[in-house]
Amino acid sequence: MKRYNLNHLQKLEAESIYVIREVAAQFERPVLLFSGGKDSIVLGHLSRKAFSPAKIPFPFLHIDTGHNFPEVLIFRDTFAKYLDIRLLVSSVQRSIDTGRVKEETGKHASRNYLQSITLLDAIHEYKFDAAIGGGRRDEEKSRAKERFFSHRNDFGQWDPKNQRPELWDVYNGRKHIGEHFRVFPLSNWTELDIWQYILKERIQIPLIYFSHTRDCIIRDGVIYAYSDYLHLDAAEKKTAQSMTVRFRTVGDMTCTGAIQSNARTLEEIVQEVATYRISERGTRADDRRSENALEDRKKEGYF
Amino acid sequence: MEQKSYLDMDLLRFTTAGSVDDGKSTLIGRLLYDSKTLFQDQLENLERLSQQRGEELNLALLTDGLRAEREQGITIDVAYRYFATPVRKFIIADTPGHIQYTRNMVTGASTANLALILVDARNGVTEQTHRHIFIASLLQIPHFVVCINKMDLVSYKQEIYDTIKNEIEDFISKLIVPDITFIPISALKGDNVVHASNQMNWYHGPTLLYHLEDVHIGSDENLVDCRFPVQYVIRPRSDKHHDYRGYAGKIASGIFKPGDRVTVLPSGFTTTIKSIETPQGEINEAFPPMSVVVQLKDDLDISRGDMLVREHNTPLIGQNIDFMVCWMNTKPLTSGTRYIIRHTTRETKGIVKEIQYKIDINTLHRIPEATQLGLNDIGRITMRTAQPLFYDSYQHNRATGSIILIDEATNETVGAGMIREPSTKVTEKKKKE
Repeated sequence: MKRYNLNHLQKLEAESIYVIREVAAQFERPVLLFSGGKDSIVLGHLSRKAFSPAKIPFPFLHIDTGHNFPEVLIFRDTFAKYLDIRLLVSSVQRSIDTGRVKEETGKHASRNYLQSITLLDAIHEYKFDAAIGGGRRDEEKSRAKERFFSHRNDFGQWDPKNQRPELWDVYNGRKHIGEHFRVFPLSNWTELDIWQYILKERIQIPLIYFSHTRDCIIRDGVIYAYSDYLHLDAAEKKTAQSMTVRFRTVGDMTCTGAIQSNARTLEEIVQEVATYRISERGTRADDRRSENALEDRKKEGYF
Repeated sequence: MEQKSYLDMDLLRFTTAGSVDDGKSTLIGRLLYDSKTLFQDQLENLERLSQQRGEELNLALLTDGLRAEREQGITIDVAYRYFATPVRKFIIADTPGHIQYTRNMVTGASTANLALILVDARNGVTEQTHRHIFIASLLQIPHFVVCINKMDLVSYKQEIYDTIKNEIEDFISKLIVPDITFIPISALKGDNVVHASNQMNWYHGPTLLYHLEDVHIGSDENLVDCRFPVQYVIRPRSDKHHDYRGYAGKIASGIFKPGDRVTVLPSGFTTTIKSIETPQGEINEAFPPMSVVVQLKDDLDISRGDMLVREHNTPLIGQNIDFMVCWMNTKPLTSGTRYIIRHTTRETKGIVKEIQYKIDINTLHRIPEATQLGLNDIGRITMRTAQPLFYDSYQHNRATGSIILIDEATNETVGAGMIREPSTKVTEKKKKE
């Protein structure tokens, strides 16, 4: 009976498309949170497939920290044109200028934490009632507890101890005014699934995912791309070195660590991912702050 | 075993239930570790955390992802874990096993192909074993694996394994269990988990991992009764696709083909399938769990919540629904209360007409005098719905036999229902063709 069995990528794709369509059916003003990273790119492709030949019936929102990799911004704009969607950009800089958040200071300053406020303000401003995100349960232990349809109260907060049970494929997106949902269609994908899918579908991704040579700084064991956002002192600047690296995740330049790699093609990346011994978010400085770093940020409205 | 192309791998979802002492976390930890899914940094982190707590390597810390769970040393919620071998990908729905978490077990079981039930060889079959088996059977998980764990602590004796196996076989004779396998293991020592044990020459069956890789899941879906709940209507309204009208949704059961005659519910009109599209283009056959877009020959008024079914093979249609329900909220279910019902893509309201009985899930005894169902209770109830549902019994069709109940005031999901065959055929009649 092999004939009537889908392989794992087909099953995951079918599940994600079902979830994305469910969002369009259950909510009035959904939005897709687009970071320019591989997961949100896959989400964009799945959304196109879910509604073809019609256009994707929701806009994309990019929370711009102002500390992006330039390659990712170029990719973002090209991708938005390709999908023919409306791209909204909300900037953390504006949240800082208007006094909604206070810029962190010191050498480890990052705007990663400030994003939550910018995101919640955007959700409020545009009256979004569902925000589709690229989070996956295999990324991190608090994400392993996430629902496909994850409720947020009217302060945008997540209450992980009191989540709605989620049974079969029946998703409950009912809510009161002011509340919203985060929806994670890629919940069941692993990092390797994402790469296999990108390879199978030949999906375009930003160049920083492929091996390249650039100036890097090693700080606390994490390899960072050399940039002014890192607040380097003179001594650190001297340690800059040219390295052959690629990025496993795309966040902003202050918290995204690179790995040394020679993988220049999608095939090579898939092979490399299959043999990793360090988890994906192990390269993220933002998750290293404490054991509960991600859970705590998620409770306050983070992606 | 030769590495398959990643395009040939399939996906098995299984659920485990267990409490602190039965070795569930050790078993999952071993599966993850031996399949090299546990990353170095996660392992080091685990060692560091365990040390801080003054413990040996505590694999439970791996699955207890929330701050509250680690603080209290308990698993509260379902956690999903992922691992892969060269032949299969696995999703584990890891659930707590104590009676107060019945709702989490039900949640984990609702999407599983296989239930992994752990029995401590020293304690034998307990109430908890009965409960886990009952829930897996209630949710109609197609495959059961009973791992008789901690065999190392009973000197790997065959008699102990045989006694437990016989006792479980007696118990399941009262239930619907299509496929069950027994494996004696030691999760701690690794016997029969990934590698065959050399301590139990009397056992000739597969190791757990081999069985998980090998169990045939291709026939788990209902391929007979064609059911397609309409999820979303695609209308591009563009010049190029001016008259395009596609019905998007997931195939719940059966095999649909272009040219098939289908009946639309609730209108009862019959038409022909013009085409079926998937993300890969047009196809000749659509089967579960594909997400597709169906175009029909005739222009009919069809919207979300309607259902396409094969002509002459229609589901039951009715407003008196008889089902088993697992209650998931602290506010109890009572007779006369109204709830919102979600069934496939359809939403309607319903009122509880009768609580027939509550089940003592440890003994399976029926308690007919029950007047309410509290958190984690399971019982059989009848509801009257505002609009008719198109349904099958859960036993025949997991997709069209399942419903959820939602509290009107809080919007919380409060109950999970598995529809039974109607007890009186008088009130439920099949729609005439």
